Amino acid sequence: MVRAIRAIAPRGTAIAAALGMGVVLATAGCGSSGSPGTALGSTTSASAPSSSAPISGTVTVFAAASLTEAFTTLAHQFEAAHPGVTVKLNFGASSTLAQQINQGAPADVFASASPTNMKQVVDAGGAQSSTTFVKNVMEIAVPPSNPAQVTGVADLAKSGVKVALCQPQVPCGAVAAKVFANANVTVKPVTLEQDVKSTLTKVELNEVDAGVVYVTDVRAAGTKVKGIPIPTDVNASTEYPIATLTKAPNTAGAQAFVAYVLSDVGQQVLAADGFASP
Amino acid sequence: MIAAPALVGFAFLLVPLVALLIRAPWHGLASLLSDHSVLTALRLSLECATAATAVSLLVGVPLAWVLARVRFPGIQVLRALVTLPLVLPPVVGGVALLLAFGRQGVLGIYLDRWFGVTLPFTTPGVIMAETFVAMPFLIITVEGALRSSDRGLEDAAATLGASRVAVFFHVTLPLIGPSLLAGAVLCWARALGEFGATITFAGNYPGTTQTMPLAVYNALQTDPETAIALGLILLVAAVAVLAALRDRWLRPNTGL
Repeated sequence: MVRAIRAIAPRGTAIAAALGMGVVLATAGCGSSGSPGTALGSTTSASAPSSSAPISGTVTVFAAASLTEAFTTLAHQFEAAHPGVTVKLNFGASSTLAQQINQGAPADVFASASPTNMKQVVDAGGAQSSTTFVKNVMEIAVPPSNPAQVTGVADLAKSGVKVALCQPQVPCGAVAAKVFANANVTVKPVTLEQDVKSTLTKVELNEVDAGVVYVTDVRAAGTKVKGIPIPTDVNASTEYPIATLTKAPNTAGAQAFVAYVLSDVGQQVLAADGFASP
Repeated sequence: MIAAPALVGFAFLLVPLVALLIRAPWHGLASLLSDHSVLTALRLSLECATAATAVSLLVGVPLAWVLARVRFPGIQVLRALVTLPLVLPPVVGGVALLLAFGRQGVLGIYLDRWFGVTLPFTTPGVIMAETFVAMPFLIITVEGALRSSDRGLEDAAATLGASRVAVFFHVTLPLIGPSLLAGAVLCWARALGEFGATITFAGNYPGTTQTMPLAVYNALQTDPETAIALGLILLVAAVAVLAALRDRWLRPNTGL
């Protein structure tokens, strides 16, 4: 008889990878292979964290999907600065990652797109404390042709405008909800996506008329989407905390990576991708 | 020698299900399951799985008949193509559906342009995703039954003057009845559990596209107790399917 071979359904990010649209996602998922990278000239300068504790092995970093591009760059630079060290990156919704960490996933570092999800990990004893390292605000992403002629937040509430949002428990969904509350509009989306990159993918595929994502995602998508800025008086922001996990298999590596993210060099990379200082 | 690995295999399959029962929030179960969002997801799942089974019966049974009875060059290739969704990861199926029927899809672009119809993120989209993944189960089962059924009876009916359609409905269908039922139940169960193709093609929104498996996955992120309760419902559905198919599966030597 026939038995089904049932694939474990992956998160939404797999869609992007499968379509070849998330090259960065795909390569990030495989971890970095110690390529020379594009280290900044100042990587080994005084601004880099002290490397008194010799670090080695693999540093596993669980990071919010919106950090995909920035952390991929940071990981390459970190590897270049610490020969022999491999950074493994796992991107996803902060809510999913927090749950995975609390269920015992072997991670060294957690970088969340919201204090809420970091608190879940801290409350469960997964981390002692965290440090806020960047801030991010929202932007409307539309397909380059802007089929529904969206010009602002109010247009998203119009019937017939297909909108993709993140799920409310995912940071990008929670912040989008704040934006709608600020603008006093009620938006009925057609889909609630698993993380911000899945939301962005639906816009890139032109399957929806608009998505509410972070400004950094619009920038990372390049010409594949068009950004419609949200006025500052309506916009909402989220803070990104980072922490070394108490059960980190590679504590020294974890501390070094966190220090690297917080260093001037790390902050330059994040700023270049559009993140704001906390 | 054989008993030990057999026991390991048995335990491996059984322990997770037992764990689901042990950790189930039995006290609050009634209130969890009577929650509006749970009932919405349950109703949507049942409706979509049933619709997907109906569509599969409508086009899958004739297709099974063609595969079993009609001889033409390339039939082997056709059969292989029909069973492809059985082995294809469902999420790839979802991507393929998006590329075919999405707003920018090969066919979808014309559906949108000519009729203003877009299928992703709609309930019909869920039914399509489930049909794509589940229909091959029905086709395979029915085709096997047609191949092994007694063609002499069909020939006799035809000799006695019955039309081809009359033979199909009055002789062939009753002959393969039990297999048809088994195939339909299998198809329904597969559709009920569909996740990958659904979330990829139809998205995730309560009331329109969020079926039970999607609700389980979402609930696990914020509210594991609800996820377990929803899981229990699907487990009960699976046990019911086994019960329905017990004559075929639980009795040795009568497998598909």
